[in-house]
Amino acid sequence: MADLLSHEELMLRLEIEDFLYMEADLLDEHRYEEWLDLLTHDVRYHAPMKRNVSSKEMDKELTREAVEMSWFDEGKDTLEKRVAQIRTGVHWAEEPLSRVTHFVSNVRLLDSGSDKVGAGEIRVKSRFLVHRNRLEDEDNTWIGNRIDTLRRVDGEWKISRREIYLDQNVLLSKNLTNFF
Amino acid sequence: MVQLTSEMKRLVDSESGTVSREIFWNQDLYDQEMEQVFNRSWLFVGHESQIPNAGDYILGRMGEEAVIVSRGRDEKVHVFLNSCRHRGNRVCRYDQGNSFTHVCSFHGWTYDATGALVALPYHENGYDLMDKSQWGLLQARVEVFHGSIWATWDKSAPSFHEYLGGSDFYLATGLMHTDGSDNGAEVLGGVVKWRLGCNWKVPCPDTDTTHGWITHRSTALALGVGATGNPVRPREDRSISVGQTRSRYTVSFPEGHTMGVTIPEEGDPGWEESGTWNERPAVREYLREKFEERKKRLGLMAHLSVGPAIFPNEGWLGRVVRIMHPQGPAMTEIWTYFFVDKDAPQEVKTELANYYELYYGPGGVTQQDDMENWYALTIASKGPVAQKLDLNYQMRLSEPPLHGPTEFGMPGLFAHNYSDENHRRYYQRWAEVMQAKDWGEMAPTKAAAAKDDWMKNGNGR
Ligand code: FES
Ligand SMILES: [Fe+2]
Repeated sequence: MADLLSHEELMLRLEIEDFLYMEADLLDEHRYEEWLDLLTHDVRYHAPMKRNVSSKEMDKELTREAVEMSWFDEGKDTLEKRVAQIRTGVHWAEEPLSRVTHFVSNVRLLDSGSDKVGAGEIRVKSRFLVHRNRLEDEDNTWIGNRIDTLRRVDGEWKISRREIYLDQNVLLSKNLTNFF
Repeated sequence: MVQLTSEMKRLVDSESGTVSREIFWNQDLYDQEMEQVFNRSWLFVGHESQIPNAGDYILGRMGEEAVIVSRGRDEKVHVFLNSCRHRGNRVCRYDQGNSFTHVCSFHGWTYDATGALVALPYHENGYDLMDKSQWGLLQARVEVFHGSIWATWDKSAPSFHEYLGGSDFYLATGLMHTDGSDNGAEVLGGVVKWRLGCNWKVPCPDTDTTHGWITHRSTALALGVGATGNPVRPREDRSISVGQTRSRYTVSFPEGHTMGVTIPEEGDPGWEESGTWNERPAVREYLREKFEERKKRLGLMAHLSVGPAIFPNEGWLGRVVRIMHPQGPAMTEIWTYFFVDKDAPQEVKTELANYYELYYGPGGVTQQDDMENWYALTIASKGPVAQKLDLNYQMRLSEPPLHGPTEFGMPGLFAHNYSDENHRRYYQRWAEVMQAKDWGEMAPTKAAAAKDDWMKNGNGR
């Protein structure tokens, strides 16, 4: 059984959870510019695809970052462009804006221990359920997990890396216009 | 050539440039398409680079049905239906792998990498009278064209070369190495697949040149580049396609293949003003270097820029191949293959993958907006009132293809870059194939046979 969490670790987890929920609020309230501010300048935002492979070859399940294709492989520059595109008012796939809700749960600090409290970087795993409802009756749900690396910059948490693992093989939606 | 019935002419009227919305919604027409179009045409099922070694396999699709694309011990590519001959179970459940046997998970009928039935439980005593050779997985005819793998169920279909009707000249350019040498391309790992609520034909005919400025306006505004990352040109240059310095035409073939073609002219592509490549200098310098070799190999032909859509459901965008797989009248599964030069430095491949991810596929800044429109036109065409209204494909209807095939010494029927000629040609061919009883009836009138002159005049080399 895992050691009991120390008070500091618990407080850190609460702080991180709060950060992730606040982030979800920014996305769901279409406050994309403020959301961009939560990302470090060198952020990597990567969503590999998942292949159906033999259970003995699970190492081949995920498409490899920078070598194979992925749903997303973004840096801050391209994420900024995506936000700018939404703001043009003629990005038809998001005009009018979709109604999006992010559920974030199962938040757990990875490789955390008392020594990690106060560290400059921390990895956190969470589950997401993202719901998009659009125009009258278009409705999509994406479920999966994320592994984030958070970095403390000037006393504030920022996301320096987000790995998005979507539980789909053939994407069951017509496009991906929102952030995870 | 088949004479279209009045009912078929009501659906597709090339003379008046109209198409009935029914062909995108009607279930009976859809069922007929599966038989007449998908069971008889040559279909793209993958690329050799995806299965380099004996025993390698990937899944592909032919119409609604799954096929296994496999390299046998004989090193040849085999394509067979992924449906067990015993009780119909799916035999292979993986997207890719390496195996010389495919064991059905129901009763264990076992097929080899060529699709032949090689073992089955209780064979002795149980199936004494059965001739195993008759019970292999259903084989498709296969042809490999510059590494790309094509298959058809139709034994009476013409060869793939004949099926291309002269467009092989263009198709080959996309499958080459950037330096113009043959078989130098590979598919990046990860075929991007997604479902889109529209009829499979909607994204098929190339080129819808007039949609870009409005559909992709947000890409131009936010990214300062055109739909594929090329620089946005001022309005007065409209007769020249966005991002192109040379004249571009809509080119079609009676066989239903459609594409945009840029007339080759001396002079280098504007590497310096190449929009997105300036943000990816490793790619820009790589392309610049390889283009010099391409010119040495191909002469003027090196400058040819083209993305052919091969009838019925294959389309190119740059070095990206999209296949529109039908999934019912109003649902399509798009599979996208992204090509790079096999021997390109990893840095170049990575930047290209990154470029593809930004512009193409369901997350692509460009394609997101295409999908929005394709889906919305499907919804808005569904009602009984809308269904009775024909769609308009009349742009430059009064102009016969501007230049016959001989004008540029290149195959195909050339029309103005901004014209619906490709759509008219595509749907005319669709109507012919839907109605024709056999390939004799389907034989198109030959109008595009000038390739030889072009090559003979020394332009090709
Ligand atoms: S269905 Fe395949 S072995 Fe019976
Ligand atoms: Fe488009």
